[in-house]
Amino acid sequence: MALRTLIARNPMRAAAPAASRGLKTFSLPDLSYDYGELEPAISGEIMQLHHQKHHQTYITNYNKALEQLDAAIAKGDASTVVKLQSAIKFNGGGHVNHSIFWKNLAPVRAGGGEPPHGSLHKAIDSNFGSFEALIQKMNAEGAAVQGSGWVWLGLDKEFKRLVVETTGNQDPLVTKGASLVPLLGIDVWEHAYYLQYKNVRPDYLKNIWKVINWKYASEVFDKESA
Amino acid sequence: MSLFNCITNQCPLGSNFGSSNKLGSCGAVPQLGGGAQRRDKSRNSRSITAYYGLKTPPYKLDALEPYMTQKTLEVHWGAHHRGYVEALNKHLAKNDLLYGYTMDELIKVTYNNGNPWPEFNSAAQVWNHDFFWESMQPGGGEMPTLGLLQQIEKDFGSFINFREKFVEAALTSFGSCWVWLVLKREKRCLAIVKTSNAINPLVWNDIPITGLDVWEHAYYLDFKNDRAKYINTFMDHLISWEAAAARMARAQSFVNLGEPKIPVA
Repeated sequence: MALRTLIARNPMRAAAPAASRGLKTFSLPDLSYDYGELEPAISGEIMQLHHQKHHQTYITNYNKALEQLDAAIAKGDASTVVKLQSAIKFNGGGHVNHSIFWKNLAPVRAGGGEPPHGSLHKAIDSNFGSFEALIQKMNAEGAAVQGSGWVWLGLDKEFKRLVVETTGNQDPLVTKGASLVPLLGIDVWEHAYYLQYKNVRPDYLKNIWKVINWKYASEVFDKESA
Repeated sequence: MSLFNCITNQCPLGSNFGSSNKLGSCGAVPQLGGGAQRRDKSRNSRSITAYYGLKTPPYKLDALEPYMTQKTLEVHWGAHHRGYVEALNKHLAKNDLLYGYTMDELIKVTYNNGNPWPEFNSAAQVWNHDFFWESMQPGGGEMPTLGLLQQIEKDFGSFINFREKFVEAALTSFGSCWVWLVLKREKRCLAIVKTSNAINPLVWNDIPITGLDVWEHAYYLDFKNDRAKYINTFMDHLISWEAAAARMARAQSFVNLGEPKIPVA
């Protein structure tokens, strides 16, 4: 009897709005600090634009793409489903990456810039030789990204080691390896630094370490390597 | 051994030559003909001669105000474009094999059919930005005329439709991109092409007619995140249809767009 009700109700479900069909829509996460609190490493103007405009746009377009995907799946429209993949990867990736990025940053009053202690510190030393060597490596790889992308410190859960990787555009770290978990990501798209640093990306990379939230990275590391 | 054996995968030194990118280590560097020996061989200096210079835009840096500010030109041309030229010269100083190529050839060769060498990024971006400055003019915008307009109407239906498609292409490109109006050599028609990072239509042997830089650095100082406003400003006030028409005229010496008028006896 329950099954009959379900089938009878199906034609209605296709016409109902996405939210009531159970499709989760995403919204802009709040920052745990004010826009200006990361100065002088990152200007308040950049933080506001980055959060309220860029990240919001990724979320808006991601929601749109998901709705279209949902409709295409319901209709069995395979070619549209495939066509939407790049928009989903780009906008969804943008949302995922920036959500991590905001947590990777913290004002100095909340521990921003303070190097990690404990197990993450030990792992950095054994994987890269020293904390300074890691910074240098990430700066070099971040500066070398052509066009738009991210530089990551990741944990490879399979091989139990730390890696430095770069991804292009808004590709999340997992596109470089299914067992990779992002601990720290630095946005090297021009919008992340241009108003303040213009074309001198290396200066942005040098300064951002002053507001990097190693506490969060340590928490993720401890949780994922348990 | 001819000059081109090293560039194609026929180098007798080994099959993974092309992928190693260590061209400087190739022992059998062919000597180019004539006076192409640019390396200074004098004993007391190892001075590197510059091979490419930074071309200045065909207008003063404030000439595009208020649509593209002097500040943007100063950074975009003076820092980014100059940086690409310097990077290219540094690459060429280490690599004898790439002497003597014209810029177009250099781009095609270093593109390496989709697996680009490090030199490609610098070379292509130098060319792209030269092309970009020349694609704009003070008092630009409006519409093309005469033959170019006719061809646009033929290939896109109307100028409005072309403009819409061009703007849409620029809006929907992900990441750091360029948008081009090209004349396709094989198909003998105009088309809109999006490319990412440094890639340009020369690598597919098509003829660019005009282009728009949609990297964030091109518009961020003037428009912040408002890419749509930048693109529309370019179309309305910056794009040089004169430059495009000149390129179109030149392109027609390579591509026959019309059917020959053979009289019926």
